[in-house]
Amino acid sequence: MDEGLKSELSKQGVFTTTFEDLYNWGRKNSIWPLGFGLACCAIEMIAASMARWDLARFGAEVFRPSPRQADLMIVAGTVTKKMAPQVVRLYNQMPEPKYVIAMGACAISGGPFKQGYNVLKGIDRYIPVDVHIPGCPPRPEALLHAFMTLQRKIDEQPLTGAQRPRHLVAEAPSEFPVPQYGEHDLEPPNNPAVWQPPALASAD
Amino acid sequence: MESLEQIKARAENAIAGARLEVILNGSPSCQHSMLVDEEHALAVARFLRDDPLLRFDYASNVTGVDWPDTVVKKIIKVKQIVDGVERELDQSVEEKKAGHLEAVYHLYSMQLNHGPFVLRLRTADRAERNHLPSLTPVWRGAEFQEREAFDLYGIIFDGHPDLRRILMWDEFKDFPMRKDYLEPDDYEYEPTPHADVLEKAQKHVKEAV
Repeated sequence: MDEGLKSELSKQGVFTTTFEDLYNWGRKNSIWPLGFGLACCAIEMIAASMARWDLARFGAEVFRPSPRQADLMIVAGTVTKKMAPQVVRLYNQMPEPKYVIAMGACAISGGPFKQGYNVLKGIDRYIPVDVHIPGCPPRPEALLHAFMTLQRKIDEQPLTGAQRPRHLVAEAPSEFPVPQYGEHDLEPPNNPAVWQPPALASAD
Repeated sequence: MESLEQIKARAENAIAGARLEVILNGSPSCQHSMLVDEEHALAVARFLRDDPLLRFDYASNVTGVDWPDTVVKKIIKVKQIVDGVERELDQSVEEKKAGHLEAVYHLYSMQLNHGPFVLRLRTADRAERNHLPSLTPVWRGAEFQEREAFDLYGIIFDGHPDLRRILMWDEFKDFPMRKDYLEPDDYEYEPTPHADVLEKAQKHVKEAV
């Protein structure tokens, strides 16, 4: 709709909008996170939800104890290989549309435990991540920034056309394969549909 | 607390056939320890807990140590006849030392307020004869820590009430804290690789090219 006409109409007391704007406005202001934390980043996440940082300003204060009622998964902390299948399963149990914030160095890459044997090198190996937050742990402000980034992302999603979000594409997957416990490592070590190892130019 | 020699003498006196050995620690910490043979370990543990002068009623820490197989080079003198004259020559001999696994217990006494007393148990080797008696019947708090030593080092504690993996999943087959453990090759790059990681990164580049 033409912005000029919209502005002119609003001066005359006529409110106009599009269904897309209304839909996205509603969605972006009621992102309910799944209430779970894996490590020290969870403490920052809890702090962000309390009075001082007050996540409620963004409509996201309702931490749901059930994945069936949650829209957002905040992967706050180290994902060990023993925990990874459970995290993927929880993500699968969330209804669409659903989003993931990978919070902190561990959740995005393995962080200080990257060279260890029992830590997953980033949750993006198994599930699609919308916003990555670096930091060890990131401050609540960083989490708020990630929230606002996610809100902007939702706001810009068209409801039709090739750019429409995953939950409006019938053939797009809503569930992602849960890795199995292997004898030496998780099997498979990553989901190739979601994540591919970066191309190596040189190791020098 | 009595000296380790005194404890050793009294324990060997109290338990027939027990063989204890004081292992001195040359570092500034001087935390000497006591090696106990595995057949009498349980009896020695009970003695340490119940003896009125010792009363080690608290096992604060149980851990494992991996001593891999080593090759020790020794130089020995050999008498040989060279040009009709008998001479002493140096000859280097390689001696293989079989490795073993060790379980280390740190004991304290809450009643008498002393400790730590460091108790060591050694397995015969690292492969098949990796059994040790569990000391969980003596100190209940050792249960989870012995499970951890089993999980990460592969020491099998006979007599443990519930010997399962505790940190890794049940299907896992390796023992990650052993020196010869090879971790899964699941990180593909590193911004500033060095040492082992550099080698790994170069291998990956070679494979990619």
